[in-house]
Amino acid sequence: MRIRMKFSKRGSLKYIGHLDTMRYFQKLMRRAGIPIAYSNGMSPHQIMSFALPLGIGDESVGEYADIELTGSVSSTDALAALAACSAPGIEILSFKALPDDAKNAMSSVEAADYEIGFTNDPDLSAFSTFFAQNEIVVLKKTKKSENMIDIKPFIFQYRVAEDRIFLRLKCGSVNNTKPELVMDAFYQYLGIDFDENLLKIKRLDLLTVNGQDFISLNDIGLEI
Amino acid sequence: MHLALTDQILKEVEKPARYIGGEINAIHKELCDAMIRFAMCFPDIYEIGMSHLGAQIIYAMLNEREDVWCERVYSPWTDLHKIMKEQKIPLFALESQDPVKDFDFLGITLQYEMCYTNVLQILDLSGISMFSADRNNDDPVVIGGGPCAYNPEPIADFFDLFYIGEAETGYDALLDLYKTHKMSGKFDRNEFLHEAGKLPGIYAPKFYQTHYGADHTLTSFKPIYEDLPHTIKKAVCMDLNDAPYITKPIVPYLKVTQDRATLEIQRGCIRGCRFCQAGMIYRPVRERDEKKLETLAREMLENSGHEEISLSSLSSSDYSALPELVNYLIEYAGEQRVNISLPSLRIDAFSLDVMRRVQDIRKSSLTFAPEAGSQRMRNVINKGLTQEDILKGAGDAFLGGWTRVKLYFMLGLPTETDEDLLAIPLLCNEIAKLYYELIPKEQRKGRVQIVASSSFFVPKPFTPFQWAAMDKREDFLRKAAFVNHAMHEQLNARSIKYNWHDASVSELEGILARGDRRLSAVLLYAYEHGALFDAWTETFHKEPWDEAFLKTGIDPAYYIHRERSTDEILPWDFIDIGVTREYLMREWEKAQNGVTTPNCRDHCNGCGAAVFGGGICYAH
Repeated sequence: MRIRMKFSKRGSLKYIGHLDTMRYFQKLMRRAGIPIAYSNGMSPHQIMSFALPLGIGDESVGEYADIELTGSVSSTDALAALAACSAPGIEILSFKALPDDAKNAMSSVEAADYEIGFTNDPDLSAFSTFFAQNEIVVLKKTKKSENMIDIKPFIFQYRVAEDRIFLRLKCGSVNNTKPELVMDAFYQYLGIDFDENLLKIKRLDLLTVNGQDFISLNDIGLEI
Repeated sequence: MHLALTDQILKEVEKPARYIGGEINAIHKELCDAMIRFAMCFPDIYEIGMSHLGAQIIYAMLNEREDVWCERVYSPWTDLHKIMKEQKIPLFALESQDPVKDFDFLGITLQYEMCYTNVLQILDLSGISMFSADRNNDDPVVIGGGPCAYNPEPIADFFDLFYIGEAETGYDALLDLYKTHKMSGKFDRNEFLHEAGKLPGIYAPKFYQTHYGADHTLTSFKPIYEDLPHTIKKAVCMDLNDAPYITKPIVPYLKVTQDRATLEIQRGCIRGCRFCQAGMIYRPVRERDEKKLETLAREMLENSGHEEISLSSLSSSDYSALPELVNYLIEYAGEQRVNISLPSLRIDAFSLDVMRRVQDIRKSSLTFAPEAGSQRMRNVINKGLTQEDILKGAGDAFLGGWTRVKLYFMLGLPTETDEDLLAIPLLCNEIAKLYYELIPKEQRKGRVQIVASSSFFVPKPFTPFQWAAMDKREDFLRKAAFVNHAMHEQLNARSIKYNWHDASVSELEGILARGDRRLSAVLLYAYEHGALFDAWTETFHKEPWDEAFLKTGIDPAYYIHRERSTDEILPWDFIDIGVTREYLMREWEKAQNGVTTPNCRDHCNGCGAAVFGGGICYAH
């Protein structure tokens, strides 16, 4: 049986990187006695996959990991067992069985919602004129190349509150758009120096596409 | 939770998870006035410090006491070091994130000499006076322990106390004494240190005076108070089954060097290799009960979720119940999907069978530590491993499917000749040759891979070689080049890879290992001129050290390049490890004549460790 877990990562645990978070979960499964399935072969590993890496220093209240079970356990029991041996800061928010035809979290994630706070008070009212540009061209660096790309199509939604910005951005295996990239472009537009360490990024949720709509990855499974 | 470092700093430094604490099984307590706060420091980065078993045992043991809260401190890496110096941020402990300066004790484990500048970094960043003499009542009591405390003299001026020996037996008395002094309402630092200096295993260096003669050697070493002991006898924990151990290992978020549960199966070693300090200072050999180890293994794995367990001890093959323990662990590990990381075992039918069951033969390699190439040289160092043993073990392994062999050697051993050096490549070649003889061409998957590594021999206190002269840097490098050249001359040279290190660090290690109090000036100068993380190749710089010796007028050659006479007073002679000076002298004599000494299990050689009243000395 395949299970989707939603979890948060807050407080000082935002400094735990993606690989370390994965290792944390592997040990957590063992401590909590979750009957997780293992791969075959000489060095078996737990069958577990994460939806999308979260940057070091970013908080989240909407992270996802899928696992496979060999035995059965109810959502309530599993959540209690996990809570009993979790670190404060990583809270398992849901534990749901996935339908047989559901794609895994990693391949179904299409968008991410972010809340971005600032420590240096930029003029956020300019964001709407920034977004009203025909295109928002940025230099995107990857390990192999540097490309000028227009990221405007990948900003699905935005909302400016008093001191923060909410963004819904394209993510996943193609055109993955990080909030830092959008903010870098915005700061350039404002003509001020950009330091990504001054942003306070919180991921609110990860979403997939259902017909015309975005739905939360948490809406796929059912409690058991 | 409150962090000592700001978000901006944590986002700037490499691996911020080193500094945030909050791991599973880390211990948090309510603070109250009566609480004794103990900062347990491993003076290296988090990933190294968190891998150290001894510090974990002390952490568990001290936190067992309700009136003590022991927290952890590690060295900030160079990036954070710079920021902390610039912004005057005090060094903090991981659990509470409170400044180390607010603690009652700062305990520093001394596992290798090359951490000494890191010790100074810890004091400096904590805002604690470097020298014990300059500290006042508000400063924590700085106490050192671990193997390097067996010659504490080079760093004696920086410490208030040293704990000589095994922590399990004496900390309660020390903490009780501290509590009495603290609660009296009129705590006087010197009075406390003076009283502490009377406790078993505790050395209070500031109350001891040294005098040196015209030839720079020690002429006297004695306490300034009548009521302090002239010799400090090491503290030994005679019943390991009753001793505190870790049942809830802290689970780091970062991938630390030893990311696994560790079972200490025994302490001490029966072998008596003459270069090995651990083999002497941890005598007598004491085993943990096998059933006890089974329970500990289960508890540690269940409480941590670790996927791997390793066994720890010197010469693990000598643990008498090894087959039972390993069989139990293999069965348990199979059910629980835990990997077993084997210590280096003597290669024989048993160990090959075990290795086959727990490792992928294609990926694993055999390890031999002959330490020397020739039988003559191995007799000198009392390494009871013969060429026949190695070839028999390697041959069995080749027939069993192994194709990789690792060999460890030392260069610069006492009495070494070029002939002894040449024996290293010859031995490597013999092993390669054996593979091609035993394994028919059609069954081979490429070449056999033999990797030989050599380190430079550094004489250590409390070994029979404590009187020996250490080779000069030029000699070391010549010898390594000679061995390297001869490796290439071998018929099977293409199957052999040879590695060696630079000798600068070995020289410094040699100076500090057998140093005296005069070296504190060198250490302080080197630290103040940029020496830090000297144990790391990437951060070791020779220049501040060279300069430090020049400026302080201290001649390194005095410490390393001269053979000491056996009637010289050595800086560490005031420590009594049980093994007697007479025994070490006898062994030094026998070494020079190439005469071996049997191991403790086969024959008692009267080393003196029987004085502790237990262990293998009474097993016959």
